[in-house]
Amino acid sequence: MSALLSVSDLSKSFGAVVVADQTSFEVAPGAAIGILGPNGAGKTSLFNLITGALRPDAGRIEFQGTDITAISAAGRCKLGIARSFQVPHPFEGMTVFENALVGATEGAGLRGHAAEAHVLDVLEDTGLMPKANQRAGGLTLLERKRLEMARALAAKPRLLLLDEIAGGLTEAECSALIATIRRVHAGGTTIVWIEHVVHALLAVVEKLIVIDFGRKIAEGEPRAIMDSAEVKEIYLGVDPDV
Amino acid sequence: MTEWINAVVQGILLGGLYALFAAGLSLIFGVMRLVNIAHGDLIILAAYMGLSTTVMLGVHPFLALLIVMPLMAGLGYVLQRGLLNQTLGPDILPPLLVTFGLSVIIQNALLEIYTADPQKLSGGAIETASIPVGGLAIGVLPLLTFAIAVGVIAGLQWIFYSTGLGRGFRAVSDNQDIAQLMGLNKAHVFGLAMALALAVVAIAGILLGMRTSFDPAIGGGRLIFGFEAVIIGGLGNLWGTLAGGVILGVAQTIGGKIDPGWQLLAGHIAFLIVLAIRPNGLFPRIEH
Repeated sequence: MSALLSVSDLSKSFGAVVVADQTSFEVAPGAAIGILGPNGAGKTSLFNLITGALRPDAGRIEFQGTDITAISAAGRCKLGIARSFQVPHPFEGMTVFENALVGATEGAGLRGHAAEAHVLDVLEDTGLMPKANQRAGGLTLLERKRLEMARALAAKPRLLLLDEIAGGLTEAECSALIATIRRVHAGGTTIVWIEHVVHALLAVVEKLIVIDFGRKIAEGEPRAIMDSAEVKEIYLGVDPDV
Repeated sequence: MTEWINAVVQGILLGGLYALFAAGLSLIFGVMRLVNIAHGDLIILAAYMGLSTTVMLGVHPFLALLIVMPLMAGLGYVLQRGLLNQTLGPDILPPLLVTFGLSVIIQNALLEIYTADPQKLSGGAIETASIPVGGLAIGVLPLLTFAIAVGVIAGLQWIFYSTGLGRGFRAVSDNQDIAQLMGLNKAHVFGLAMALALAVVAIAGILLGMRTSFDPAIGGGRLIFGFEAVIIGGLGNLWGTLAGGVILGVAQTIGGKIDPGWQLLAGHIAFLIVLAIRPNGLFPRIEH
């Protein structure tokens, strides 16, 4: 089986702070993988390494069998890797529609009506249609989170990286978001999702990876991982002896 | 009374030229937060390129634009990707210093090639033609300059808000890092922005050369007029830049009407008054 994304022996540190320590894992095409870990474990840095915002000190990243370690962030987006940010970063001065259109034209390489039609589909899917002509700077938190996903989806990614997209949402908003993510996954997009809202994560993913201090400490079937003593101790801060 | 009305009308038309000086400056600052100190010298460079083209090919300056515009645009792209992109970063000092150096280099290169003798582009009959309007004689060339300025600003506005290229400019201007992650090549987008700015500079240079005589040393003055027009109008607002140019132009002609020695001073005073009362300019772009 050839993996869609393959990360091997990836290392990165800022001075004494290690954000990735010989991390290796593979993501199969069509998979949905969750990444758990305490704050500062290096989850977001891992995304930064995969998207090309950070350069690794060592290791290798392969996408669809090609080494992309040396490819720019813009180039990786064109290949099919898109992400959403934990703290939403819309192009504030542009409308919601225009934000997504940047992803469709630059990332997915669509032109004219094809780009616009695709953006409208994405906005419909993410529930942003009523806000299409509003400036992104004036959106609420939920809308901004949806826009993060809409913009990433507009780039027609093969691999969608979601960074704590459920954090700070109400229960109802969270359920709506889970439904959207499931729909995207069912449409064939491979998903890697960092999330602290564990129940949201478990509702979607088929596999969990746990990292701490930049090091992968567990990987496997979600329930088994959540029940393992190691994860309870390191991630949830529970002493397994108690 | 007619004399005063005449001064105002001439000032408005002069403002068109200043808006053309300013448009490229405004575009570059808006997209990449680069203050281009060499902007005025690039205008003069374009005027000299127009001079060489008209002399060598024996064509009208307006036809020379067909050659000077693509040349300046190409120069802009190469300059941005080869030099200026390397200076951009969190520190605003390197681009200032490098473009200042560029300004000195352009001035001295022009001095070496064309000497310090004032030159002028010969526009022929159009330079002296005028249209009588209710007791005033409105020059065809200034009127045409103003019309071109309006056209250029409208064109830039259209590019910015209705094309994929403009969306790229705005996305990169809004958040460079995210734009990169969305598939935009920042270096290329900046190159295109500089190419567009220098294409406008080419128009400004040719029109300047037809209006007045020029020599290698006058770039600095054009830079100041451009800056003043941008700041009076409000940063990031292209129509505001046109208004800024007009206000500067009218202040200068009225000042010149009171006393010929006051022409430049009156323009600077108008600028200082606006800066004191409305530091963000008269028509700042509504943001956030």
